[in-house]
Amino acid sequence: MGFKIVKKRELIPNRVSELTIYAPDIASKARPGNFVILRIFPKGERIPLTIADKSPAEGTITIVYLVVGKTTAHLETFQVGDEILDVCGPLGKPTRIEKKGEVVCVGGGTGIAAMHHIAKGHAQVGNKVISVIGARSKDLLLFEEELSKFSHKVLVATDDGSKGKKGLVTQVLEDYLKSHEVKEVVAVGPVPMMKAVSELTKKYSVPTTVSLNSIMVDGIGMCGACRVSVGGRIRFACVEGPEFDAHEVDFDELMLRLRSYVKQEQISYNHFCECHGKEKN
Amino acid sequence: MPEQDPAKRVKNFNEVALGYSLEQAIEEAKRCLQCKNPTCQQGCPVEVDCKQFIYFVAKGDIESAYKTIQETNSLPAVCGRVCPQENQCEGHCKLKPTGQPIAIGRLERFVADSYYAKHPCDALSGTSSCPVIDSNLKVAAIGSGPSSLTFAGYLASRGIKVTIFEALHEPGGVLTYGIPEFRLPKKIVHTELEALKAQGVEIKTNYVIGATLDINDLFAQGYKAIFIGVGAGLPKFLGLEGENLIGVYSANEYLTRVNLMRAYKFPEFDTPLPEGNNVVVIGGGNVAMDAARTALRLGAKNVYIVYRRTQKEMPARLEELHHALEEGVQLKVLSSPVAFKGDEDGRLSSLVIQKMKLGEPDESGRRRPIPIDGEIEEIKTDLAIIAVGTRSNPLLLQATPNLKLNKWGYVEVNPETGETNIPNVFAGGDIVTGSATVVLAMGAGRKAAKEVYKRLKENIK
Ligand SMILES: Cc1cc2nc3c(=O)[nH]c(=O)nc-3n(C[C@H](O)[C@H](O)[C@H](O)COP(=O)(O)OP(=O)(O)OC[C@H]3O[C@@H](n4cnc5c(N)ncnc54)[C@H](O)[C@@H]3O)c2cc1C
Ligand SMILES: Cc1cc2nc3c(=O)[nH]c(=O)nc-3n(C[C@H](O)[C@H](O)[C@H](O)COP(=O)(O)OP(=O)(O)OC[C@H]3O[C@@H](n4cnc5c(N)ncnc54)[C@H](O)[C@@H]3O)c2cc1C
Ligand code: SF4
Ligand code: SF4
Ligand code: FES
Repeated sequence: MGFKIVKKRELIPNRVSELTIYAPDIASKARPGNFVILRIFPKGERIPLTIADKSPAEGTITIVYLVVGKTTAHLETFQVGDEILDVCGPLGKPTRIEKKGEVVCVGGGTGIAAMHHIAKGHAQVGNKVISVIGARSKDLLLFEEELSKFSHKVLVATDDGSKGKKGLVTQVLEDYLKSHEVKEVVAVGPVPMMKAVSELTKKYSVPTTVSLNSIMVDGIGMCGACRVSVGGRIRFACVEGPEFDAHEVDFDELMLRLRSYVKQEQISYNHFCECHGKEKN
Repeated sequence: MPEQDPAKRVKNFNEVALGYSLEQAIEEAKRCLQCKNPTCQQGCPVEVDCKQFIYFVAKGDIESAYKTIQETNSLPAVCGRVCPQENQCEGHCKLKPTGQPIAIGRLERFVADSYYAKHPCDALSGTSSCPVIDSNLKVAAIGSGPSSLTFAGYLASRGIKVTIFEALHEPGGVLTYGIPEFRLPKKIVHTELEALKAQGVEIKTNYVIGATLDINDLFAQGYKAIFIGVGAGLPKFLGLEGENLIGVYSANEYLTRVNLMRAYKFPEFDTPLPEGNNVVVIGGGNVAMDAARTALRLGAKNVYIVYRRTQKEMPARLEELHHALEEGVQLKVLSSPVAFKGDEDGRLSSLVIQKMKLGEPDESGRRRPIPIDGEIEEIKTDLAIIAVGTRSNPLLLQATPNLKLNKWGYVEVNPETGETNIPNVFAGGDIVTGSATVVLAMGAGRKAAKEVYKRLKENIK
């Protein structure tokens, strides 16, 4: 008995899609910051994806993924009505959300989707949420409309200047930090982005939370694949995170560890393409 | 017992020990003295009536032998393969001093295998599916390792509806994700699980209790009693420099990738396999042996086991150590790891070890290893597997803050009943004792099941 896909939205064709999945038990427990582990077919890998939204009333959760390799490419072939074999969650510690004033939520790439659930949580307890999102160009921006529903402001940065400010999210963030009293910054996105945000907010002494995306297997604390160094100690991102104090995280180590399987990932992707008649990248 | 030739078996994942033929089993059983005051049974944590079942084997009556074992042991095919018999039944056999105790474990395995071959649906119950007495009398077990399976088997065969909630996508606990195929074929675990299902036990995978549902939800759904059998799966690391380099694994991760995720069939299966030519495994227990022998089968040229004390102190089952050596695993004893070193890509390149000698005995009576000044060695390695034990997994425990734990972080239970401080919540197996053995976990599941049955029976009019 799998988990049925009830809705699919192609956010960026062939690159980023949003799936709404029927998983009532998970939906009723999911909180901002949580993720699920899914395995899409019997020979599949277990991969973690953030819960971007939920509807307990309808019994659904929403995930947004970027196609980067074998499993996400395979998932992209799934359509409404298809079933995902295993969905397990909600995993990880939920975001610590308390009323504190002004919170800036920074998102990059599919991290914007993950950040969305967190930002919404902050808005719901009455924090003033500023969303800062970035992408290479305006066609690759995600969730701008959704975020504007509850954000006080949505600030945009694009590399090519096709929308918002030309440049990186960190530049937009810095401008904002200079002139506002911000209680917390939340950053979700590619590791280099989170690292840059962390370095910046350290300078301005603003407490910062990042959501780490280390490689995972079980997601319930049994393997240690997801370990990261935070404050010089080993922490398991799946059960002690995925959110940590950015200023304590060893981002360089995380970047190295994410490269553990580059060779195998390529083999796996090619194998998939051969079986599905796709062009290799 | 016949075994696959070491040179051949390091190239496959088929079971190493081939099992007795009927003739061989009868011959072995006939050696049993049928002692007036047998001691073998006392050595067995679940009190298998060894003398009686061996008597039936000697007569060739496998069915009666099976029924005898089955009275107290619901997973004989598993126990016959993985119990540390040398400390248990066989360690207590009157023939032990002769150096030739009766091979009780092997006979047990033979009986279970032969019986299942004839009665595949009858594996756990002895009574083929007994109707559920009252569907309101349902109980839940959390985790699907040997403790929960035994708990479920006992109650299901008495007409109680049991639901098992397992976090992973496949049930079986360590039997599925930890112990490799060449020692415990997955087919056997599968048979046991199918037998449970045939008795009406429901197994729900992808349910992390403490996340998807918690204990209060289970009571709210009408479960009358809950058994916690979540094991002690959180791997320990050493706290050494370089431990997060690419190529350093916990044994749990390594074995899970290979066994549960079938990484050895990559890329047919998606999960990448950790590859290594020169492999070091740190630790001296069953887990270390399993990891080392797995690495050999996956093509490693050299596999070293690095252990602080000597071969004599290694906690692994004798047979596993023996098999590992036969297959070419190299021991580096009196060696304590001090640092992992890596290359510029963050990949492991060597392990630095400190040579030790044995000093005075410590509180446990074992001689304590102490470093020999200046004797440092560096082993070239591209894959290191840490197998130095586990701690209790905090996930369920943190979600159940009123559950009482002992000072080591394991669940405290009433030794008579297995009940925790929360009424009608029971616990057993590694989450109570810390990493122990399959048969002890089963014993704990059985104890709790008996108590639950007693309480439920009062509701059955
Ligand atoms: C807690 C958590 C939440 C996540 N949430 C999302 C999400 O909401 N949306 C989303 O698109 N992705 C998310 N990820 C990343 C996602 O898990 C990976 O993109 C996915 O596993 C890639 O699988 P693949 O087989 O398609 O690619 P692979 O071939 O396995 O990997 C391709 C490349 O992606 C990178 N990669 C591999 N695994 C991970 C990983 N776990 N995290 C980051 N990069 C990885 C590697 O650098 C690799 O080179 C999350 C990761 C974690 C740990
Ligand atoms: C590699 C290895 C080799 C071993 N070799 C031997 C041997 O030769 N002989 C021997 O006697 N013993 C051996 N052992 C030890 C033995 O396997 C364990 O003592 C025994 O399996 C413990 O059983 P258990 O029922 O307590 O739990 P486990 O077998 O640990 O199973 C626990 C299950 O609970 C699940 N779980 C955890 N948390 C949750 C949650 N919150 N919700 C739902 N499910 C959850 C886990 O996914 C797991 O499937 C070995 C162990 C390992 C790791
Ligand atoms: S269950 Fe284990 S200890 Fe008991 S008789 Fe069987 S093999 Fe021996
Ligand atoms: S102690 Fe040994 S010889 Fe005696 S009955 Fe038991 S198995 Fe047979
Ligand atoms: S993913 Fe296995 S411990 Fe975190």
